[in-house]
Amino acid sequence: MLEINDLHVKLEEEDKTILKGVDLMIGPGEVHAIMGPNGSGKSTLSYVLSGRGGYEVTGGSATLDGVDLLGMEPEDRAAAGLFLAFQYPVEIPGVGNMTFLRTALNAQRKARGHEEMSAAEFLKLVRAKAKDLKIDADMLKRPVNVGFSGGEKKRNEILQMAMLEPKMCILDETDSGLDVDAMKLVSRGVNALRSEGRSFLVITHYQRLLDHIVPDVVHIMAAGRMIKSGGKDLALEVEQNGYADLLGEVA
Amino acid sequence: MALPQIKVDATEARLAALTRPEGGAWVSAARGDALARLGAMGLPGRRDEYWKYTRPDSLTQPDAPQAALFEAGAEAPPFDDIDRLRVVFVDGVFDAGASDDLSMAGVEIERLADAARSDIHWARDLFGVLEVRGQSPVERPLAALNTAFAADGILIRVTGRATRPINLIYLRKSDASDVILHHCIRLEEGADLTVLENGPAAARFNKVMEVDVADGAAFHHVCAQGRDHERRAATHIFARLGRESTFKSFTVTVNGQLTRNECVVELTGDDAVAHVAGSVLGDGDFLHDDTVFITHDAMRCESRQVFKKVLRNGATGVFQGKILVKAGAQKTDGYQISQSLLLDEDAQFFAKPELEIYADDVQCSHGSTSGAIDEKAMFYLRSRGVPLAEAQDLLVLAFLAEAIDEIEDEAIAADILTRLEAWLSRRRG
Ligand SMILES: Nc1ncnc2c1ncn2[C@@H]1O[C@H](COP(=O)(O)OP(=O)(O)OP(=O)(O)O)[C@@H](O)[C@H]1O
Ligand SMILES: [Mg+2]
Repeated sequence: MLEINDLHVKLEEEDKTILKGVDLMIGPGEVHAIMGPNGSGKSTLSYVLSGRGGYEVTGGSATLDGVDLLGMEPEDRAAAGLFLAFQYPVEIPGVGNMTFLRTALNAQRKARGHEEMSAAEFLKLVRAKAKDLKIDADMLKRPVNVGFSGGEKKRNEILQMAMLEPKMCILDETDSGLDVDAMKLVSRGVNALRSEGRSFLVITHYQRLLDHIVPDVVHIMAAGRMIKSGGKDLALEVEQNGYADLLGEVA
Repeated sequence: MALPQIKVDATEARLAALTRPEGGAWVSAARGDALARLGAMGLPGRRDEYWKYTRPDSLTQPDAPQAALFEAGAEAPPFDDIDRLRVVFVDGVFDAGASDDLSMAGVEIERLADAARSDIHWARDLFGVLEVRGQSPVERPLAALNTAFAADGILIRVTGRATRPINLIYLRKSDASDVILHHCIRLEEGADLTVLENGPAAARFNKVMEVDVADGAAFHHVCAQGRDHERRAATHIFARLGRESTFKSFTVTVNGQLTRNECVVELTGDDAVAHVAGSVLGDGDFLHDDTVFITHDAMRCESRQVFKKVLRNGATGVFQGKILVKAGAQKTDGYQISQSLLLDEDAQFFAKPELEIYADDVQCSHGSTSGAIDEKAMFYLRSRGVPLAEAQDLLVLAFLAEAIDEIEDEAIAADILTRLEAWLSRRRG
């Protein structure tokens, strides 16, 4: 599904290399987790995969189902099935959440050669999905993320994911800012989407989330590279001992 | 002070290309006075402070610059779904055949061209009168020219609540049309009227609307300028507001080589409310100038100016907005915001916000910004699959929304919004 080989990325404006040879292979239906110290490049990896500007790929490759992601516009990556739940969802004053969702959904359908979804059909769908995530009608009517609490923003990300049905979902610290109940809600939302053809990359600092969304593989990222991979127990190890030992091992 | 010779010559050259319209005694007298005013002021020139950002040449030269006729194609005209009374002008001349029946309960509607022959006392007290009041402290020569030479226009007197809006529609058949129209609108105590305006009007359009809003009356105005590309227009609204009256004006402008919209509002009765707003989409060879002058001369009045411009590809936006609070106009609440969204580096925006306050217990604020599109928002939208151009348009509409929100009537606001969406999506191709 997602295949990253020796990916090197620097900042466009500065002479600063952030990703220094990332390798990652995620098969269909798999859930991978990335943990790692602050500033190790986890968000940068997710941004580079989804096509945000400001970075320059200086080496390596990233493909989704064999298609080169790095040469595509962000919207085309989305249409190809990539989705990023942002660590910091963006507020867009003046654009209604509903308008935003419908525009996005229909744009992707159009890009894939499907018919646009009718307004009635869309409304029904969004209401049902919002209900699952306990997002009330008022939040849907408000401008995108404006005035949303931290937890509401994260739930809104998962709502978008549920509506757009991507095949490769990247969740960047979706658990931070969530209370215990919201975390369960979000995990349930994610687990409901798990299927043979859909893969997840879950970036988190806390092992707790991985009790709910159980990963097949856990990777540790440090200083722009994956320094260790293992089963879900690796997350427990990090939780108990921190990163010092792991960093020591590589050094 | 004597006028510079260059101004005298330019004014004379322009006047030589104009013919004084026929009219009865009172109209002729008012026109004569206006001509004298104009002679004393001279037409605006490039050196004039009030025309610092906008070159008046094409508005003042003797003949209208050529401008190709514009075909709107399959697009329905603005306000088409709104139940309204249509008053149609073709190349600046009232067209009875194309207009609706002009009768409405509580509303008198007359042509300026007809009224000139009879003595309509209320129009006599209005025609050129508010224009004169608006000539100081800043001169507005193009408005004086309008009063002196407008042969047609509409005179509306409202005594009750108008049952539907009056829609002034300006059609254009000739490509050399140089049109001058002058409207007078008088709302008697407690009256209520909405006026809508649209249509390409002319190659060069000079329009004046004088609006006298008596105590407790409410006037709403929504104007759609566009989509003709080569239009040059200088428009003036002169409004006088009585006690507890309301005046709200909104203009949307798309395309047009040069548009100067001046709005001069005088709050003369306590507790009056004046809102002036505009949304502009400019692309390429385009200059749009909003010049607003609001005078607070009574207690507890509220004024609001909300102007938003989206500019690209060399388009220029200008905003000159002034709030003058006279001595004694205590508890004034004045607000002014003027913002532009520059979609590329060729677009420019000039803003000159001014406050002049002679009362001590007032609240006035103004702000002007100009910026690029929010890249974070752009990426967020695109990461959800919204293509670049569409994402940009969503953000453009979001930016304009604050001004469109100033339109009180929901159906009319929806009409403007749908139109902007359609204009944007056409531009996307
Ligand atoms: N646009 C930028 N300008 C300057 N520095 C940047 C930029 N983007 C990323 N960096 C730097 O690159 C490094 C990696 O940042 P990144 O956000 O990817 O870390 P992270 O692993 O997601 O951290 P966290 O766990 O705190 O979210 C950091 O040192 C960060 O300051
Ligand atoms: Mg991060």
